[in-house]
Amino acid sequence: MEYSVEALGRDLKNMRKYYGSGKTKGASWRESQLKGLHNFLVEKEEEILSALKQDLGKHYVEAFRDEVGTLMKTLNFATNSLKKWMAGKEAKLPQIALLSSAEIVPEPLGLVLIISSWNFPFGLSLEPLIGAVAAGNTVVLKPSEMSPASSSLLGTVLPTYLDNNAIKVIQGGPEVGEQLLQQRWDKIFFTGSAKVGRIVMSAAAVHLTPVTLELGGKCPALVDSLSASWDREVAVKRILVAKFGACAGQACIAIDYVLVEKSFSSTLVTLMKDWIKKMFGENPKASNTIARIVNKKHFMRLKNILTDPKVKESVVFGGSMDQNDLFIEPTILLDPPLDSAIMAEEIFGPVLPIITLEKIEDSVEFISSRPKPLAIYAFTKNKTLQGRMVSETSSGSLVFNDAILQYIVDTLPFGGVGECGFGKYHGKFSFDAFSHHKAVARRSYLTDFWFRFPPWTLNKLQLLEVSYNLDYLGILLVLLGLKRSKRSIFQACN
Amino acid sequence: MDIDGGVEETVRELRQYFKSGKTKSVAWRKNQLTALLDLVHENEDAIFKALHQDLGKHPVEAYRDEVGGVEKSVNKSLNYVEKWMAPKKADYSISFLLLISLFSFYTDIPILFFPAKGEVLSEPLGVVLIFSSWNFPIILALDPLIGAISAGNVIVIKPSEQAPACSSFLANTIPHYMDSNAIKVIEGGADVCERLLRQKWDKIFFTGSPRVASIVMSAAAKNLTPVTLELGGKCPAILDSLPNPSDFKLAVKRIVGGKWGPCSGQACIGIDYLLVEEKFSSALIELLKKIIRRFYGENPVESKVISRIINKQHFERLCNLLKDPLVAASIVHGGSVDEENLFIEPTILLDPPLDSQIMTEEIFGPLLPIITINKIQGSIDFINARPKPLAIYAFTKDETFKRKILSETSSGSVVFNDTMVQFLCDTLPFGGVGQSGFGRYHGKYSFDTFSHEKAVMHRNLILEIEPRYPPWSKFKLEFIRLAYKLNYFGLLLHMLGFKLGLKRYN
Repeated sequence: MEYSVEALGRDLKNMRKYYGSGKTKGASWRESQLKGLHNFLVEKEEEILSALKQDLGKHYVEAFRDEVGTLMKTLNFATNSLKKWMAGKEAKLPQIALLSSAEIVPEPLGLVLIISSWNFPFGLSLEPLIGAVAAGNTVVLKPSEMSPASSSLLGTVLPTYLDNNAIKVIQGGPEVGEQLLQQRWDKIFFTGSAKVGRIVMSAAAVHLTPVTLELGGKCPALVDSLSASWDREVAVKRILVAKFGACAGQACIAIDYVLVEKSFSSTLVTLMKDWIKKMFGENPKASNTIARIVNKKHFMRLKNILTDPKVKESVVFGGSMDQNDLFIEPTILLDPPLDSAIMAEEIFGPVLPIITLEKIEDSVEFISSRPKPLAIYAFTKNKTLQGRMVSETSSGSLVFNDAILQYIVDTLPFGGVGECGFGKYHGKFSFDAFSHHKAVARRSYLTDFWFRFPPWTLNKLQLLEVSYNLDYLGILLVLLGLKRSKRSIFQACN
Repeated sequence: MDIDGGVEETVRELRQYFKSGKTKSVAWRKNQLTALLDLVHENEDAIFKALHQDLGKHPVEAYRDEVGGVEKSVNKSLNYVEKWMAPKKADYSISFLLLISLFSFYTDIPILFFPAKGEVLSEPLGVVLIFSSWNFPIILALDPLIGAISAGNVIVIKPSEQAPACSSFLANTIPHYMDSNAIKVIEGGADVCERLLRQKWDKIFFTGSPRVASIVMSAAAKNLTPVTLELGGKCPAILDSLPNPSDFKLAVKRIVGGKWGPCSGQACIGIDYLLVEEKFSSALIELLKKIIRRFYGENPVESKVISRIINKQHFERLCNLLKDPLVAASIVHGGSVDEENLFIEPTILLDPPLDSQIMTEEIFGPLLPIITINKIQGSIDFINARPKPLAIYAFTKDETFKRKILSETSSGSVVFNDTMVQFLCDTLPFGGVGQSGFGRYHGKYSFDTFSHEKAVMHRNLILEIEPRYPPWSKFKLEFIRLAYKLNYFGLLLHMLGFKLGLKRYN
C-alpha cells in the first residue's frame, strides 16, 4: 500500500488533533477499543488462524495457543484492571509536610508507533496495542511485511473494529518503516532484530522519543542430570516444544541451544529423538506440527549455517530441508564448534545445538561470558545451582524447569537487558510502557516554611538542616533557640 | 585523571570489577552510601566554597538546594536499600476450582501453572555513566550516584566543566571516600564527552539540554544502551485570583522564591514565565517588587544573596534576550546588568511579544515575563500550544480548575500553590515527558532507574498439562481455549467429557 509523505503527515496531524480533543482519555473509549479488539479476535478467529497458516505454516492449535488465546487472556486482564490502572496513586509524605499531599497520576503519552515482527504477527502487534489503547493513546501500528497475510488482515479488517480516528494500521516494507521513523512520536515500541533496533533508536534520538526495544538473543537452556524418568520426560517435552514447537524456533524466547553434562548427553539425545517423533509425528511437514521458515532468505540463512563441514558432521538427528516448502525438520547437533556461526548468531530456526560440559555448573560461566539473553531456562532441581543462576547470570527473565511460559504471565515484566533490549510490557507493564506517570504535589497556604526564603540567617540554615533530617525534636529546639550551630562558613560568606 | 587512551582502559577495569560481584552485596552498597554521607558532612565548607566560586551561591541556598537534598537522599537509600533489593512476588494463586468459577476470581498466575512461583528481582545494570549539569553541580551528580550505588552498579561521573570548582571538588574528594575501583570521576569538556560516548555502557543518565541529549541518545543507540534524559523546558506558573490577601502574599512569595531562588532562575524546574489575568497584573507586579526587595535587599548585587550567571556565554545570551526593542520596552522592573560580576538583577517584563526569543526559548535566568490573558482558564490552551514542560505551577484554590489543569495539560509534574517542592519529595518520580525528557529518579525511582527487573519463574516437573503439546486434537484446542479464559469449571466439565460446542476446523 503506497503512502505518500504528505498523506502520512496529514494523517498524523489529524490523529494528534483527535488526541487533543481528549476523546481517547475517557475510560469508556478505552473500554470500547478493548471490546473492539476482543470482537475482532472472536469473530475473525478462523481468518487469523488461516493467515498464520499461510504466512508461517502454523497449525491452528499452535496458532491459537501462542497468539489468539494469549491475546484473549490479555484483553480480559486489561479490561478487568483498567479502572485500577487509570486511578492515581497516593505518594506518602513525611509528617513535616503538614497539609500537603502528593500523588502520581498516569496519563497517555499521545501518539505512539508500534512496529511488530513477523514471527508472531498478531501477538506482537496486538499485545502492545492493548497496552497503548488501555493507556489512552492514539496509535499507528506497522506490522511486518514479511508475514503478508497477517499484515493484510490487520491492515484491512482490524480497523473495522476500532476507532479509525485514533488507531491506524500502516502496511509496507522498509521504505514505509523509514518514513514512519522520520516523524515525531511520543513513544516508539519496537519488536525485532538488534540491527533494526539501533536504527529505530537513532531515529528516535532526533526527537528525544522514548523507546521500548524488544529484541532477541541466544536463549540457553541448561539441563541438569535428572534422575527420575518422569522428570526427564517432562523436561525434554518442554524443551522440545520451546525449541521446535513455537514457530519452528523462530521466536525471541525460544531455546537457542542446550547445555548438558557430558555424562548425561547421550541419554538426553535419545530421549529427544524419541519424543520428537511422539510429539511431532513421523511427518511433521504434513501434519503441520512444526511451522515453516518464514521466507527464502531465512531458509537460506539456516541452510548456510549448516553447510560448515564441522557443523554438518555434528548433526545427530534430522537435517533434511525442503526448499520448496521452506521446511526444515527438527535437527539436533552435538557439540558444533563454539566459534561457528551457529554458536555465534541467534539461530531462529528448528536447529538445536547441544553443548556438552564437564560439569553442569560450568554453564554459569558459559552463559555469563556471552551477551545477556532474553531468557535463560534452567532444568534443574539443585537449589545451589538455581541460586547461582539467579545471582550470577543476567537475562530478561529466568525460568526454572519450563520454557516460554513466562510470556503468558501478566504479572511478570517481559523485556530484555543489554543486547536483548530494554523496557518491558505485559499486564500492567504494558499500560505503564505507554503512560507518563505525572507527579502531583498539593500545598496549602496555611503552612509556610519561611526558612526556605532569604534574607538568610544562621537560624534559617539550622531549621533547614533539622527539617531535612526529619529531626522534629531538633526543629523544636532550634525554634526555641536552644540548639547551637557549629558552622563558621556562614560568617565567612556573610 | 589521565585522559589519553585512559577512558577505554578505565571502562574495561570497571567492567572487570563489576564482574567480580563485589558491588552486588548489601554491605558494599551501604558502605558506599555511608562513605558518601561522610564525604558531604566532612566537606560541607569546601562544597559551599566551590558552589560560591562557580555560581556565587549563598551557603544557605547551597544547603537548601544541594547539600541538604543529598543528605536526605543518602539517608533514605541507607534505610531502604535492603527493602528495594528484596525480590517482589508476582502474585500466584493456590485456588480451588469451584471457588474460582463461583466468584469469577481472576488470578494472576492461573492455576494452570500450579504450583508455580513468580517473582521480580532487581539486579544492577553494570557499568553506568552519569552526566551532570552545571547549575546544581553537586546534587545533580550525587543524586543519580546514590541511585546507581544502591542498585549495585559501577559508575563513571562526568561533571560539567562549566562549573570547574565543583567538578574539581568531586574529582579530588570522591576517590578519598569511595571505592575507586567502582566509582570514578572523569573531568573534561566536549572531547572527553565524545570519548566517553564511544564506549559501551549499560546505562547513561543525562541531565542537561535537549541539544546535547540528542547527541547522547544517538551515541547510546549504537550500543542499544538505555538512557534517562532529564531535560528542561519553559515551566509556566499560573496565578489565579486569590481573594484572601494573605494567600495572595504567600503565593507571590513562593513565586519569587521559585523564580530567583534556585540559582537565579538557572534551574530546570524554576519558573520560566507567569500567566495571570490582566486585572491582577499591576497588584502582582507591585507585590513582586516588594518581595524582591525584602528577599534580596535594595541592591541585589551587593547583598550577595542571588547567584550569578554561570559564565560569559550565558550572560550574553540572557542580555541578548533583552536587546529586542519590544522586549526591552516591556521591562517593568530591574533590567540592569553587571558584566564584570556576571550579575543580572531580578527583572520583570510585562507582556513581551509572544514570538520573541524570550518567550520561545527556555530563559534559564533571572528574567520573569508576565503574560496577561483574558481569563485564567485560557492558560490551559496557552500551555498546550507549547512543548510539554518539566513542571507546571498553578496557584489556585478552584478545584474545578485544578482538575482541568491535571487532565488537560501534560508535564513532568504539577504543583498546586507552591513551586519546586516536588524535587524534595522522594516518593514522587522526578522526570520529564516530551521535550522535557524521559525516565525518572529520586527515592526508589533512582534505584529502579539503574536496575534491571528480572522476571524469575519457578516451575516444577511434577504436574504436567498435556494439552500444551502436539500431537494436536480438538480436545486440546478446547482445553487451551477454556484455560485461557480461566474458566476452570468449564475446564473440569471438558475433561469429564462434556462437549461445549466445539468449533469445527478443517
